Amino acid sequence: MSKLYTFLKYFFITFWTVFVVAPFLWAVSTSFKDFQSVNSKVTYIPWLDFEPTLEGWRVLIKSPAKGGVDIVEPYFNSIFVTCTASLISIVLGTLAAYALSRFTFKAGFVRNNDITFFFISQRIMPPIVLSIPFFIFLSTIGLLDSLLGLVVVYIVLLMPIAVWIMVDFFNRVPKELDETALIDGCNPYQAFYKVVLPNSIPGLIVAGMFCIIFGWIDFFFAFILTFTEVQLLPVKVVALNSSITPWWSLSASALVSVAPLIIVAFIVERYLSKGNLSGALK
Amino acid sequence: MNLIGEKISYKPDEQFHLNDVSFNFKKGNLYTILGRTLSGKTTLLKTIAGLLNPDQGSISFEEKDFIKIPVWERNVAMVYQQFINYPHLNVYENITFPLEQRKLSPEQIKKDVDEALKTVGLVGFENRKIQELSGGQQQRVALARSLAKKAKILLLDEPLVNLDYKLREQLREEFKRIFSEGLSQDTILIYSTTDPQEVMELNGEVIVLDEGKVLQKGAAKEIFENPSNLKVAEISNDPPMNVLKGSKNLKNLNFENISLEIPNHFKNLEDKDYNFGIRASEIKLDENGEEFEIELAEISGSETLLHLKRGNSKIIALIEEVMNFKIHEKVKINFNVNKFYAFGEDEKLVSSPYGGTNG
Repeated sequence: MSKLYTFLKYFFITFWTVFVVAPFLWAVSTSFKDFQSVNSKVTYIPWLDFEPTLEGWRVLIKSPAKGGVDIVEPYFNSIFVTCTASLISIVLGTLAAYALSRFTFKAGFVRNNDITFFFISQRIMPPIVLSIPFFIFLSTIGLLDSLLGLVVVYIVLLMPIAVWIMVDFFNRVPKELDETALIDGCNPYQAFYKVVLPNSIPGLIVAGMFCIIFGWIDFFFAFILTFTEVQLLPVKVVALNSSITPWWSLSASALVSVAPLIIVAFIVERYLSKGNLSGALK
Repeated sequence: MNLIGEKISYKPDEQFHLNDVSFNFKKGNLYTILGRTLSGKTTLLKTIAGLLNPDQGSISFEEKDFIKIPVWERNVAMVYQQFINYPHLNVYENITFPLEQRKLSPEQIKKDVDEALKTVGLVGFENRKIQELSGGQQQRVALARSLAKKAKILLLDEPLVNLDYKLREQLREEFKRIFSEGLSQDTILIYSTTDPQEVMELNGEVIVLDEGKVLQKGAAKEIFENPSNLKVAEISNDPPMNVLKGSKNLKNLNFENISLEIPNHFKNLEDKDYNFGIRASEIKLDENGEEFEIELAEISGSETLLHLKRGNSKIIALIEEVMNFKIHEKVKINFNVNKFYAFGEDEKLVSSPYGGTNG
C-alpha cells in the first residue's frame, strides 16, 4: 500500500513538473533559435540540433525604428508600479491589519469583522465592475495614462490582499506577546515595531509576494487606464504580434516577463520554510 | 507605600470578571491568589499590571493613582502561564530587552542579567534561541526577564500550569529559593494558581477568588485550617473537601444512615442540619467501617483516589498506597471524626477541628 502510494506520489509529481516546466524549456530553446532553426524542422537542443543565436534577445532592447520591440521602458514601468504599489500596500495593510487584530472598533453596527470584510470584498467584485469608476476617477483627477495613476489603482487592488493575509497572521500571534512588550516598558508603537513586526517577517513576505504577483500580472487595468504615454509590460507583451515579431523574440519577451516572479518565488520559498513563530505560539 | 486596591469591579460582558475586589499588598511579602480556572485571577493580575482598566474602583501604589499610569511606565513584571518570550531574540537579548527599554547603562545591564541568569540556572544558555529551549527553560527565561527588571511588583500568573509534573515539582522547589533570595524587600510578589499545594508550599498571604469575588483572605495555614465557607473548602483542597449533608443530635452525627460519635470540637454545636466537611485524606479503609460503593478508582503516583458513593452522597477518599479496585465493588471505610468540619446550611463555617468559627 505504502509502496503504491509512494509510486503514485512521485509519478504525479514528475508528471506535473514536466507539464509545468516543458513549455518553459521550449520557450528557452526557441528564444535562441533563428529563422532557419524554427522553420526547417523540429529542433530541441542548442549546438546539437541547431546553432544558438542571441538575435531574439537583442531585438528586445532595440527601438522599433531599428526593427526591435523595445520592452525596456515598459519593463521598468512595470517594476516601478508593482514595487511602489506593493510597498505602500504592505505598509498600510500591515498597520490596518494590526489594528483590526488587536483593537475593538465599534461604529453603529460596524465591527472589526465588517471592516475586514469590507477590505476583502474589494477583491470579490469582478474587476470589470471597477473599471469604469476607476477610469472616471483617474480622468477627473488627471492621472489617466500616468504611472502615478496606476500606482493609486494598484494600491486599491493590492491592499486588500495584504490586509487579509496580515489579519490572519496577527490573529495567530499571541496577544500576550504584545502585552509582555508593554509590561517591559514599550509604548504601543514600540511594542509594534520592536516586537510584533520582527516576529511577523514570514507573514510580511507572504503578503509581499502575493502583492508583487498580482501587481505584476495585472493586464486588465493596465490595458484600460493607459494609452500612449505609459505602457506596462503585460500590455506590451500581449501587443506583440507573431506576424510581425518573430517567434524567437516572442519567446524571449515572455521569458523576461515571467523571470521576476520566478526569482521572487525562489527567494521567498527559503523564508517560508525557515520562518516560524513556534517559540511564541506554543 | 502599599499597593492598595479598592472595590475593583470589571464587567466586560454579562458576567463579572472582578466583583468588588479589595486588597492591601505590602512590600516584601508574597501573596498568592487561589482560584479555579476563570475565577478572575488573570484579570486581577492584568488589572494590576495596567493591561485592563477596571470599570469601577481604584488602585494606588506608593500613594499614586495607579490607574492613570500607563502599563509601560508602571514598572511591573509579569510571567504568563503560556511561555511568553520574544521569539526573534536569543536568551540573553530576551532578558536585556526590558532593561534596554529603560536605558540602563551597559555595565548595569550586564550585571543584572548575569545575576538573573544565575538565579534561574540558565548560565551558559545566553546565545540559545528561544525555540531551542524546553518548556521549563522557556519559563525560566521569562522569570529571569522579570527578575532582572527588579520591578517593584512581580506578577506570576499560574507559571507552572503548562509544565509537566516533574518539572513543576522541581521549579516549585526552586521558586521558594528564588523568592527568598532573589527578591529585594521592596518587591511585592503576587502569584496566582489553581493548585492548593502550591499555595501551602509558598506559604504566603492567600486570597481565595471565585467568580470574581474574594471569598477569603488570610495566611495559607489559616485558609487550610479554617476555610470560611464550603466554596473555599472545595477550592483550597485537592481533591476538593468532601461534603456530606447530615445532622447532629444529642448523641450522634448522622448522614446517609451512618451514625458517628460526636467529636470534641462539635460538643457545643446546636442540634440541627449541617453540611459536614471531611478531607479525602482523613478517610481510611477499615474492615469495621461503613460500606460505600466504588464508582471510580484512580491511581496517581503512590496514591489511589477512590470515588465513592452511598445514597445521595459522593465522596473521594485518598488511600496512600497503590491498590487495585473493581468498579461497583463495595468497600468499608472509616472517617476520622476528629477532623470533621461543620458548615451551616448557608455554607458558612460553623466549627472546625482547628478551632475557627465564622459565627
